[in-house]
Order: sequence, then structure tokens, then C-alpha cells
Amino acid sequence: MAERLLDVKGLKVRFATEDGIVNAVDGVDFELDRGRVLGIVGESGCGKSVTAMTILGLTRGANARFEGEVDYKGRNLLTLSEEALRDVRGNEIAMIFQDPMSSLNPVYRVGAQIVEAIATHENVSKEVAKRRAIDLLRQVGIPRPETRVDDYPHQFSGGMRQRAMIAMGLANNPDVLIADEPTTALDVTIQAQIIELIDKLKDDFNSAVILITHDLGVVAEIADEIVVMYAGRVVERAKKRELFYDPQMPYTWGLLGSIPRLDRPKPERLHSITGAPPSLINLPRGCKFRPRCPHAFEKCIDEPRLESRVEDPTHLDRCWLTVEEKRDVRERTIEGELVA
Amino acid sequence: MLAFVIRRLIGAIAVLIGVSFIVFLIFIVVPGGDPATRLAGKNANDQLIANIKHNWGFDRPFYTQYGIMMKKAFTGKLVSYTNQTNVTTQIKEGLAATFSLSIGAAIIWMAFGILVGVISAVKAGRWSDRVITIVALIGISMPVFWLGILTRYFFAEKHTWFPDGEYVGLTQNPFQWFWHLLLPWLVLAVLFIGVYGRVLRGNMLDAINEDYVRTARAKGLDPRRVLIKHVLRNSLIPIVTLFGLDFAAVLGGGAILTETVFDLHGVGQYAAQSIGAFDLPPIMGVTLFGAFFIVLFSAIVDFIYAFLDPRIRPA
Repeated sequence: MAERLLDVKGLKVRFATEDGIVNAVDGVDFELDRGRVLGIVGESGCGKSVTAMTILGLTRGANARFEGEVDYKGRNLLTLSEEALRDVRGNEIAMIFQDPMSSLNPVYRVGAQIVEAIATHENVSKEVAKRRAIDLLRQVGIPRPETRVDDYPHQFSGGMRQRAMIAMGLANNPDVLIADEPTTALDVTIQAQIIELIDKLKDDFNSAVILITHDLGVVAEIADEIVVMYAGRVVERAKKRELFYDPQMPYTWGLLGSIPRLDRPKPERLHSITGAPPSLINLPRGCKFRPRCPHAFEKCIDEPRLESRVEDPTHLDRCWLTVEEKRDVRERTIEGELVA
Repeated sequence: MLAFVIRRLIGAIAVLIGVSFIVFLIFIVVPGGDPATRLAGKNANDQLIANIKHNWGFDRPFYTQYGIMMKKAFTGKLVSYTNQTNVTTQIKEGLAATFSLSIGAAIIWMAFGILVGVISAVKAGRWSDRVITIVALIGISMPVFWLGILTRYFFAEKHTWFPDGEYVGLTQNPFQWFWHLLLPWLVLAVLFIGVYGRVLRGNMLDAINEDYVRTARAKGLDPRRVLIKHVLRNSLIPIVTLFGLDFAAVLGGGAILTETVFDLHGVGQYAAQSIGAFDLPPIMGVTLFGAFFIVLFSAIVDFIYAFLDPRIRPA
């Protein structure tokens, strides 16, 4: 049994704004074991980034309220003091972000920013730290790291910058690496390289990864387990195989249908889920996906619990349709024939 | 590097020619600008004016006159029309006062401008930020001649805590130098502190929301280090431009009001007197002197900018 690193229980995050209370995260549970990759998937604004940033306490502020637990090796990070949390950040849990163009400080050398990450958590000399920065850059596949270490971010390409970010994230050999849409700003060939790199380094560094994305294609490569989020909630959760071959939630079908496929006849237009995610200030009653769901019926006015409705007890979803009903409409929904 | 210097030098010459030509033209266009009538005095007859025109070369085409004036300006031979003193000598006499005023005030306004900006950015939205904002806006809105006269009246005349105007040389008596300059420094700095504080506050609030600041926090840096190394460092870059040009302006005699109110006999006060007397040669001299500093410092600013922001460094 692999070591349990993270255990998120009933996490809720609310922000008070001028327009009202934003329920950014509204009940999220998941666990993460060493050596595993957890994919969190959902549209923009579904709460996946807030979830990730809350783990590191980066959403703390005067207008933020938290509920639930983020249990990291027996410590609840939600209630940990800011000072103690700083020891965790970048050291035990590291995070890399969506846009490598803007995530590095343009006025400092790439190497210096990695050195800063090392020196924050470890008492090492500048020379040692720099040598480690060069090693890290080599490990993430930067050519000629001895000279590139002294480059500024603008001298790196987008893919190289994301590699440098990964190097910075791994600088202190963290247990958990949270990658928040690490490939969104990159072109497709680079995306695959970065995902493979994260997968490889996870094994080299013996850590676990939370991979956040809106692209099921990205998690398909490396995730062990996938959490699908919608409107701040987990709406489906399953092992990767289960999720792709036996998806239970109509929202997941929509996501799957939105992936352009080369092995199917070319559709007139790319599929998309009609409508837009609900406002997190004023959520619809019952199932939050109901207004966009082609299969919504009376029962959906009550929100289904997240529970297992199939044979596999680890496969959870929030949908009132019976397994048989789902089997009837699933393929056609994914194909885009049935829309709301 | 050499190309940069040469380009800058050519630009500087072009700016100086342009500035001097416009100043010269203004005198031809503006009514009452004819120096001959002014030189001839109140009881002048036409013959006298014609003689003066001929002797001073005012009857020659304006471009010839301009040429002569430029030649005189750059050989240090400009002479005032009203009292026949040498302009270069007069500017030199004002240098010490003007430089002392500028450098001292610049140190004060930079230090307090940064302090005000940082505090109000860190406390953004809280009452301390609001108080600072109001004080800064008052500082920006107060005209220097008004603030200067009130300060001088209250602190140097009603209560004799400070000397009542005038400049004392640094080498003559360092303490008196400082004591005489303290009020002018503060009065001149007030406006700039307000402006710099506001600009820096805005820059910092923008920078705080930058992705690289989030990265810095995610690395586990303590908030002070994030603020100084990542937020402030990047926010100061635009301030350098402001500072370079403002400092050049006061160095070049731009602090006309402060110098006049406190009777410092600097270049600025000389400029004010010359404008009052409608005296072209000193105005020309002072204008070129000021323009020189503006040109010089904008080149220095570009240079420092490249140092502060690696993205604009030539490859």
C-alpha cells in the first residue's frame, strides 16, 4: 500500500465579493498516494485551480472562508499557521502554473529563480545551489544548462520556460507536485513532451502529482485517477480506465465528446457542451448541470449525492439516471446527437 | 554601445537646435519683443533706435541673428540686453544653489515617495491607505508658490526657527547650508512625493497580481522578500523614467518657483528674472542649459532602464 500523502475532505472555499458570496469550491474530496497521478478536470471556473491553490494556502485572504480539511501527512494545511505553511510551500508541496510566459519574473535570471527556491528552504551556499539548479535544468531537458542557467526568461521559449518552472518546482524534492494547466499555453507537440516529462520526473523524484486541466486528452496519458469537477463540486470520480470506458455523468460525456477525434467521421462542427457554467454566486437548484444537460428530468431538481452507482465501488458520480438509461443515451450524447 | 551614444548625441543636438529656434521665434512673434526699443529706454527717438538696431545687429535677417546668438551661446559670450552682464557667468553663479536644492530635494522625494508608495500599496483599501491618499493628493494640489510662501512666512518670519531665505555655500558653512536649504528642499519635494507615491502604489498593486508573484509565494518565500524582490523591484522600473526627467528639470533650473520664493539666487531664479525683464539672451542661455540636462538624463534613463529590465537590453 502506497503512502497516503494528501487527504482532502469536504473542502469548501467561499469568497465574499461585492456581488455576493462566490461558492468557488463546494465540497471536494479526494486522496493522493505517493507515486500516483490525480487528474482534476473541468471547465474554466469550475473551482479546480482554487482547490489546488487552497491546498497551498495561496487563496487565503480577508474575504476567503474555508471549510473541511486538507490533510497532508497528518497535518491539516487549512488551519496551519502562515509561517508553518511557508515551510510546506515549494518544499513539500510545489506548484507550477498555467502560463510559463508570465510565471517567471522577467528581471531575474532563470537560474537565480531556481536558486531562490532552493535557498528558501535549505541552508546551502550559492555555488552549491547553482550547481543544483544546473542539474535540475539538465533533468528537465534544457540543452547546455551550464550556460542557459544564466539566461533571462525572455530568452527561453515557452516550452523551455515551463521546463524551467518544473525544475523550480522539483528543486526541493517535494512529495507533491501540483501542475495547474501546465500545457494550456503551449503548442500541441510541446504539450506531449511536458506531460511525459512530468510523468518521468514523478518516478525519478518519487513524488505524487495533481494534474489540473480542462483537456481530458492530457490526463488520459498519465493520470491514475480522475476527478471531474463542475460548479465547485466533484461530479464524477473514477480510475482513468473506468472514466474513459464507462463514464456515468452526462457532463463527462460532454467533455469526452468535445475532444476532436481522428478515428471518427469528421463532424460539421466541433462538438461542445451547450450553454455556459453557472454563476458561482447564484447556483441553480438541484443538479448543477441540469440547465445544460440533455437528459434532465423531474428528479434532477434534487441534487444527487456523489456515490457509486456501478459495480466498481471506487467509481462515483452524481446522476439520477439508471445505469440502463445511461447505456441507452451515452454514445449518442458523446457523439453530439443529443443536446439540451 | 557606441551606436547608442552616437544616436543619442545626434538626437541631443537636434533637440537643442529645435528648442533654441522655438525660443528665438517666440521673441520675434511676441509683441513688445523688439529689444532695440527696450534698450533705447523711455525717451528714445527713432534715430537712437535705428542706431541700436544697427549696432546690435537687429536689422539683419532673423536667421543671421539666430546664427550669431547660437555662436555666442556656445562660446559663452551671450550678454544680457538689460544689464549687459555675461549670461554664462550668471548661470555659473547660480549653479551651486540650484544643484544643492535639486540633489537634496531629489533624495527626499525619492525616499519618501517610495515609502509612501509601499505603505499605501501594502495597506491598500485600509484606512491608513486612505489617509495617505488624501495627504498625497493635498501635496500634489498645493501650488509651490503658495506652499513656499506660507512655509517661509510661518517658519522663518512669524517664528524665526529657520533662516529667512538666501543660500549659503556648502564650503562656506555646511551647517548653515543645510539649515538654509531644509525648507526649500521639503517644499520642492512635497509635490513629487505625492506623485511618486501614487504612481508607485498603482504599479505595485498591478505587480502584486502578476503570475510571477504568485510563483514566488508558491515557492515559500516570506512576504517581505516577495514584496521587496519581486513586487517592488519590478514596480520601480517606471519610476526611474519619472525621476530622471523630473530631476533633470530641477537641475536645469526648473525649480523656478521654489528658488524665487526662497530667494536662493539659483539658475531658476535667474530664469524668472530674465523672463520678467523680457531679456532674450539669458532666457536662451537658461533654456539651453535646461534642455541639455533633459537630453542628458533621458539618455541616462534609457541606459539604466536597460540595466533594470533585461528584456530591452540589446542582444
